[in-house]
Amino acid sequence: MNDLLPLLVAVPLLGAALLVAGGRRLPRVVADSVGCAVAAGTAGLAIVLSLNSSPPMVEWVGGWTPVEGRSVGIVLVGDGAGLGMAALASLLTLAALAYSWGYFEEPPRRHSGSFPALVLLLQAGMCGFAIAGDLFNAFVWFELMSVVAYALTGTQVEEAKAVQGALTFGVVTSLGAYAMLMGIALLYARTGELAMARIGRGLDAHGPPDALVLAAFVLVLTGLLIKSAAVPFHFWLPDAHAVAPTPVCMLLSGVMVELGVYGVWRVYGTVFAGPGGIPAADLERVLVVLGAVTAVIGAVMCWYQRHIKRLLAYSTVAHTGLFLIGVGVLTPQADDGVALYVLGHAGVKAALFACTGILLDRYGNVDEHALHGRARELRGVAVIYGVGGLALAGLPPFGTGFGKAVTEKAAGGPLTLLYVVASAVTAAAVLRVAARVFLGLGPTPEDDTEYETTGAGERPETRHRLSRIPDTMTAVPAVLLAGSLAVGVAPGFGEVVAHAVNEAGSGGAPVPAPHWTPVGVLLDLASTVLALGLAALAVTRPDLLAAPSRARPLRRLQSGHVGDYVAWVLVGATLLGALALPGLLT
Amino acid sequence: MDVLPYLVAVWIFLVGCYGLATSRNLIHAVGCLAVCQSATYVLLLAVGYRDDATAPVFSDLEPGSRPVVDPVVQALALTDVVVGATVTALLLALVIQVAKRHGTVDPDELSELRG
Repeated sequence: MNDLLPLLVAVPLLGAALLVAGGRRLPRVVADSVGCAVAAGTAGLAIVLSLNSSPPMVEWVGGWTPVEGRSVGIVLVGDGAGLGMAALASLLTLAALAYSWGYFEEPPRRHSGSFPALVLLLQAGMCGFAIAGDLFNAFVWFELMSVVAYALTGTQVEEAKAVQGALTFGVVTSLGAYAMLMGIALLYARTGELAMARIGRGLDAHGPPDALVLAAFVLVLTGLLIKSAAVPFHFWLPDAHAVAPTPVCMLLSGVMVELGVYGVWRVYGTVFAGPGGIPAADLERVLVVLGAVTAVIGAVMCWYQRHIKRLLAYSTVAHTGLFLIGVGVLTPQADDGVALYVLGHAGVKAALFACTGILLDRYGNVDEHALHGRARELRGVAVIYGVGGLALAGLPPFGTGFGKAVTEKAAGGPLTLLYVVASAVTAAAVLRVAARVFLGLGPTPEDDTEYETTGAGERPETRHRLSRIPDTMTAVPAVLLAGSLAVGVAPGFGEVVAHAVNEAGSGGAPVPAPHWTPVGVLLDLASTVLALGLAALAVTRPDLLAAPSRARPLRRLQSGHVGDYVAWVLVGATLLGALALPGLLT
Repeated sequence: MDVLPYLVAVWIFLVGCYGLATSRNLIHAVGCLAVCQSATYVLLLAVGYRDDATAPVFSDLEPGSRPVVDPVVQALALTDVVVGATVTALLLALVIQVAKRHGTVDPDELSELRG
C-alpha cells in the first residue's frame, strides 16, 4: 500500500504532461475527459489510501531509506489528515474540471489541453503538499501549487484586472515561500535533518528553544500564513479571487487556502510541539490572536463588498480565521472540529463560487447592485445559492454547522461568540446577495463607488453569454452542497475523521468521537437566525446597516498596491515574532 | 562560528523587501523579489560551508580523506534556483501583460482592484 503513495503526485503530473504534449491535436471533449479521468482516478486513489491510513504509511521515495538514523531521501507520510486533504483536493479538482466541461473558454484557442493540464498540476502540488513528510519537499510542493495558481489566476491574460491580481498574488506568495525556505534552512542548520519528525527530535535533543528556533518558527509560519490568508497576510486573496476564473476560485477557496492552515497544524505538531520548540501557550496566543483578528476583519470586509466574488473571498478569509483559532486551541476535539469544518466549508464555498460563475457567464456581471432582480429566472441556482448561504452560517445538519459546533465547544468562552457572529455576518452577506439578485427584494441599492471594486463589466468566461445554463454547471454546485450535507449527516463520518486526525495529531490518544450536541445545534440555529435577520435588515432597510464611513479606513488598506501588501507581510512577521516571544524569555 | 554570512543573508532579504515595498516599477519589483531569493541561496550555502573543505565530488577524491561541504544544501540551493527561475519568468510574463493591458508598469497607477 505504501508504494501507491507517490502515485498521488505522479498520476496528475503525468496526466498534465500528456495533455500538454497532445493538447494541440486533441479535440476539446477528449482533453476534458482525460483531465476528469485523471483527477477522478487520483481522487479514488486518495480515498482508498485514506481509508487504509491506520497505521500511517511512510514511504521513502526511490528506496532511499535512512542509513544509521540519517536520511537524505524524500519521505512521504500518508496519515489520515494528509490523505484526507489530498482526497479533498482531488475531489474539488474533479468538481472544477466537471464544472468547466466544454464551456469554459481559455484565451489561447486551439490549446484545449492547457487549462485542464494546469488544473492537474495544481492538484499534483496540493496532493504533494498534503503528504510531504519533509519540510523542503513541502516547500517545493508549496511553490508548485503557488506557481500554477498564479498562472491559473491570470488565465484570462486579456483582462487588465486578471493580470494585476495574478501579479500581486505571485509577488506576495513567493515572498512568503522564500521566507519559509529561510526558516527551513535555519532548522537544517540546527538539526542537520529535513524530515519533519526528525527535525522535531533534533530540536528537542538540543535543549530549550532559543532565538534561532523562534526565527525559524516565524519564517516558516509567515509562508504558511500567507498561503492561508491570515490577517495581515491576506491582501492578495480578495484580489486574486476577484479575477481568477470560477473553477480556479473553487479550488483556491475550497482547499488551497485551507492547505495553509493544514501546513501550520502539521508543522507545529511535528516540528515545534516538543520541548525544544515553541511552547504551546505561545502558539495558542499567536494563532488565537491572529485568527480572531482575521475572522473579524474578514467578516466586516465581506459585509461591505458588492463584487460577489470578492465577497466570497473575504468570507473565506473570515472562515480561515475560525480555522486558525480551532488549530490554535490545541485540543484533539478542536482538531476534529476544524477538519469537519474544512470539509463542509469546501463544499459550500465551491458551490457558491460555481453559482457566481453562472451569474458571470449569463449576465457578464458579478456586481450585486447591477444584478438587482435580474436573475429571477434562475430558480435552481437561486435555491442552491440560498441554501449555500444558510449552510455557511452553520445551518444544521450541514457539515459546516457540525464542524463549527464541535470547534466552538472545544474553543469555549468568548470565542464561541466570535464563531457565531463571524459565520453569521459572512452568511448574511451571501443571503443578502441572494435576496437582491435572485428575488429582486428591496430597493435598488445606491451607488457609492468611491473606493471599491464594483464587479460590473466583467467578461463572461464562456465563449458566448449563456442563454441556457448547461446541466454540468448546475449539477456540480448541487453535488458539492450535497457533499457538505453528507459531512454533517452521514452516520459515523465524524468518527472516521476524528480517528484519522487524532492518529496523526495526538499519537492515537483515545478521544471521544465528535457528535451533534443540543448546545451546538442551538448555537448553529442562532447564527443562522442572526444571518437571516441581518440579511433581511440589509435588504429592507439598507441605510440602517450601510455605514461605510466607519469601515472606510479598513477598506483603504486594500489598496491594490503590491508594495503595501509586502509591507504588511513584514508587519505581520514582526507581529508573529512578538506574539511568540514571551515563552522564550521565561 | 562566523556569523557574517548569516547577517549578509538577512541584510539581502530585508533590502529586497524594502525594494518591493517602495518600488515604482513592476520589473524592478520582480527584480527585488529575486534579490530576496538570493538571500536564501546565501543562507543555504552558509549553512553547509565548512572550513578547509572541498566540493563533494568524489570522482578523484578518496571518500573520507578530507572534509567536504554539505552536499544537501547544494542540492537544496539548486532546486531553489530552478523554482526561482520559474517564478521570475512567470512574473515577468505577467508584467508584460500588465504593461499591455494597463499601459503602465507603475504599481501606483494600477487601481482597478481595491476596497
